[in-house]
Amino acid sequence: MVQGRQAHLLEGEGGGEITIMYTASDLRKGLKVIINDEPYIVTVFEFSKPGKGQALYRTKLRNMMTGFTIDRTYREGEMFEPASLEERAMQFLYKEGDHYHFMDNETYEQIIISEESLGDAKNFLIENFNVEVLLFRDRAIGVELPNFVNLRVIKTEPWVRGDTSKADFKPATLETGYELRVPPFIEEGELITIDTRTGEFSKRVKE
Amino acid sequence: MAKSWSLAKRQKALQQRANILQGVRHFFIERDYLEVETSHRIPTPAPESHIDATPSGAWFLHTSPELCMKRMMAAGYGKIFQICRCWRERERGNLHLPEFTLLEWYRAEADYHLLMQDCEGLIQEVASLIGLGEKIIYRGDEIDLSKPWERISVKEAFRYYTQTSVNEALKGDTFDEIMVRDIEPKLGLKKPTFIYDYPSERGALARLKPEDQTVAERFELYIGGLELANGFSELVNSEEQRRRFHLENENRQSIGKSVYPMPDKFLNELDNMPPSAGIALGEDRLAMVLLNAEKIDEVVAFTPEEL
Repeated sequence: MVQGRQAHLLEGEGGGEITIMYTASDLRKGLKVIINDEPYIVTVFEFSKPGKGQALYRTKLRNMMTGFTIDRTYREGEMFEPASLEERAMQFLYKEGDHYHFMDNETYEQIIISEESLGDAKNFLIENFNVEVLLFRDRAIGVELPNFVNLRVIKTEPWVRGDTSKADFKPATLETGYELRVPPFIEEGELITIDTRTGEFSKRVKE
Repeated sequence: MAKSWSLAKRQKALQQRANILQGVRHFFIERDYLEVETSHRIPTPAPESHIDATPSGAWFLHTSPELCMKRMMAAGYGKIFQICRCWRERERGNLHLPEFTLLEWYRAEADYHLLMQDCEGLIQEVASLIGLGEKIIYRGDEIDLSKPWERISVKEAFRYYTQTSVNEALKGDTFDEIMVRDIEPKLGLKKPTFIYDYPSERGALARLKPEDQTVAERFELYIGGLELANGFSELVNSEEQRRRFHLENENRQSIGKSVYPMPDKFLNELDNMPPSAGIALGEDRLAMVLLNAEKIDEVVAFTPEEL
């Protein structure tokens, strides 16, 4: 969406450094901005304008470090610093307590991300798995997963053929320890595809 | 060969939208209104604090046909209506398009109460014309269109729906936020609702109420929490109008917006305008309500992003 978009060049506080600022009318779902020195992503955005009144930009923003969501209403002309996040391809190595160890695929540098920062992503991480690690001001704040991942079922009740009372989804545990509901025909040891955005079963993988 | 599915699937909605427009025309023509077409491209938009016009060369695309239609009223046209495209900069959201369709009508020897009755008659008639009954469903609410509709003053609405008063909200500069957050979503859920008598500073072109000069004779119509129309008894005093335009321009300047030239021809003719009332109703919004659409995108052929 280009209509009405305005970029604003402002001199940074460091003097000389130039930052392109967003204004309230640039706010969109998915935009990343800095509020109180922390990166937030816009998850809900609504433009409103009460009759003859001023434009108001109502948003919900999720703190990308803590996961907490806040409600904010902004007025026309308010400015935001974009949160520029760096993405680096890394491999998940192992877990130690609530520390998750990753290795940068290019520099072989190792970093630790806490379980809290990983959020739901921890449910889908297995050793040697490749992810994009998000860094904010050189600090790892989370990982970006592919929309679909394949994981193995390590525990689920067997399907009793002909038993229609059990036609509904049944509980299953994955190799990461994550529990979800799967269709009755899925058996222990099978590989299934999970939608990481919803955490739900997507399909069975034919091996 | 490419085909736009988003456009193809709107065919039914666009057919109904066309029926709504025909119904609106029929309503006014039957009541002896003259359909007029005023210029889209104008040299001077009305200076208002929060409405920004799209420049077109050294002129502007009109943000509403208000000034031209009032000049016609001043020239003796007693009952006129217009359905036209209007443009407002940077207005885009689920309920806003930067190019949208307005219906405006003006009638001499009338005040805002009569306009409210017009709204009741118009929307009831158009709804029945497109096959809807007295009750419509909009965003999950069942709304009864039978007359009379609900009427609530801005003061009452603040008392009823909020913890604060209109004066406190104005003083604290939170009037708009409170309207949007606490009041608008509650309006027109069971019956369409007119909210009327806005603070005088919220009606730059409206007449002040003779018995209470702190409010303007202005109202808004809401159906299912959606704002559909804004109408008022017209201010017909050019001196007072000029003063208010200057105030609006000063306000624009203070919030870093461009100042508009004075619409002198309009001001010079305004004193000839008989006591009148005029109203703007969003046609796209009317289609949204009658077709139970969540987004304005669903009732137009093209959004700016699709062009």
